[in-house]
Amino acid sequence: MNPYLPRLAKIEKIKIETEDKMLKTFELSFLDESERKKFDFKPGQFCEISVFGKGEAPFGIASSPTEDGPIMFTVNKAGVVTTALHNLYEGDIVGLRGPLGNSYPIELFKGKNIVIVGGGFAFTTLRALTVYMLDNRGEFGEITVVYGARTPGMFLYKEELSDWERRDDLKLYLTIDKPAEGWEGKVGLVPSVLEEVAPSSEDAFAVVCGPPIMIKFTLPVLDKLGFKPEQIYTSLEMRMKCGIGKCGRCNIGHLYVCKDGPVFSYAQLRELPMEY
Amino acid sequence: MKKIIEKAKFADFVGTLLSDYEVFAPVKNENGLVLFSRISSPEEIFLDFRNSKKPPKEFLFPQVETLFEYEPGKVKVPSVEAIAQRRLFLCVRPCDVKSFLILDEVFDTEEFQDVYYVTRRRNTTILAMGCVDPPSTCFCTTFDEMGPFSREGADAFLVDIGDRFLIETLTERGESLPLESLPDASDEDVQTAEDVEKKAVEKVDRKLELSKLGEKLDGMFESPFWDALHEKCLTCGVCTYLCPTCHCFDISDEALDSKGRRVRNWDSCMFPLFTLQASGHNPRPTSKERMRQRIMHKFNYFYKNYGVYACVGCGRCVENCPVNLDIRKVLEGILSL
Repeated sequence: MNPYLPRLAKIEKIKIETEDKMLKTFELSFLDESERKKFDFKPGQFCEISVFGKGEAPFGIASSPTEDGPIMFTVNKAGVVTTALHNLYEGDIVGLRGPLGNSYPIELFKGKNIVIVGGGFAFTTLRALTVYMLDNRGEFGEITVVYGARTPGMFLYKEELSDWERRDDLKLYLTIDKPAEGWEGKVGLVPSVLEEVAPSSEDAFAVVCGPPIMIKFTLPVLDKLGFKPEQIYTSLEMRMKCGIGKCGRCNIGHLYVCKDGPVFSYAQLRELPMEY
Repeated sequence: MKKIIEKAKFADFVGTLLSDYEVFAPVKNENGLVLFSRISSPEEIFLDFRNSKKPPKEFLFPQVETLFEYEPGKVKVPSVEAIAQRRLFLCVRPCDVKSFLILDEVFDTEEFQDVYYVTRRRNTTILAMGCVDPPSTCFCTTFDEMGPFSREGADAFLVDIGDRFLIETLTERGESLPLESLPDASDEDVQTAEDVEKKAVEKVDRKLELSKLGEKLDGMFESPFWDALHEKCLTCGVCTYLCPTCHCFDISDEALDSKGRRVRNWDSCMFPLFTLQASGHNPRPTSKERMRQRIMHKFNYFYKNYGVYACVGCGRCVENCPVNLDIRKVLEGILSL
């Protein structure tokens, strides 16, 4: 098998997620339907998406392996490939390589209480993880989700979030930075809302994804709540090309984010240089 | 088996190789540079060289390589057969042969095999040549089991013993070279070869003691050592381009209307774009972080992952750095801390 060859996939659906239109969700299905069965992944893994002529870039898989049908990616328009992707239409063909990387440690999470802390558009693989846990609800303890966005219009997956709000087997706390008309959720930054919600660290794991500034202020709160570094997981982002640990650009210390990550515990990250 | 090739008959020997293999050998070009090149006749070979300007890694891992071509609705898989011809690398120096073993660690893993590299590598026979006259920039004996006459990784080995070469086969591949008609080496020839070898090994007098290096580097990420080290570095990247073990690459698309190809090109950790993210964030923003990365990757991270340093002591980076940054001095500086 040639690990550099993408498989062709059709864009089934494009959905604009945020009010600034910078985030779109793409639902992709393989042209060769038999590829879908072989596409065996876990929450936290990523794929390289090709826009032929523009290049390839890595994106976390936003759908859960428990969901049939197209594979979902939510993409922030930022560089050459993401801009080209945003300019495509439903029905257009892209390339897909993956799944790549490790995943959230699902086996370790089983039977535990899980606290998900997300900020901004970093909620994509957190969605995959949350949906996975909800679809296997009996296998996990309490699920708490704290998710913050600048404004109500900047949340991803809004319809799904309102479904989750109505569930009694998941505690969802949505927060925005400043008060907004018609907003009934919390107001304040993610770290302070987390402190207020104060989920127990006993028999629990926390999964944190968001902008660096949010992570910086969330870690002391988790520490205060009693979470040890080995109870905290995150997913790193780095510039990547090959996605298979050869091209050299995503290494931090002796590890490669693409191959040994992207998911790391804080216990692991403390052993690595702060070069991310 | 040990045989003798008279220098006067070396061209005939190469001629027989050319009928069986694509042969890559040192050739002096019009600018006076000695570079490994594909040869079509024995006369092209230039043997009065210390080492080639560029390492021969480009014939396993080309500087520019098409990964595949595409057109609307189609990815055209390249034919692996096209790169699967029997190749022979002739007169490669032991340091460069060792570099192939180091590159194997990266490209030929169980998890993800780089088919382009691996296909070429598995079809390549290596006829190495001892360094009778190693240049002053060499420090190969620094590394375990290495030296100007190290046989590791070679299928057969040539030693220049004056008016003739002694050729020694080391693997089955080496045995299958067309050597039957050559005379056996005499005890005297073997003794001469050993003397030549001993003299050459003594000539590589820059040997560093690296046993404490890993430990030192483990605690050095935040060291002020890096603050001054990078100051004269121009981040030109020549050290990485001429390094036989450097293997970082970029992947990009080249398009003409709706058709195009995906290519990979050598890249370098010395360049700012190497790690620049679309958000504008760069985890290695200045030459300080990039110089540290180059040293750490070669002498700490790579060793941790594969039990071998990503350096063979060929001295090309020492010889070609425009501001005379000498990696041997860098290592000595680290070891003296």
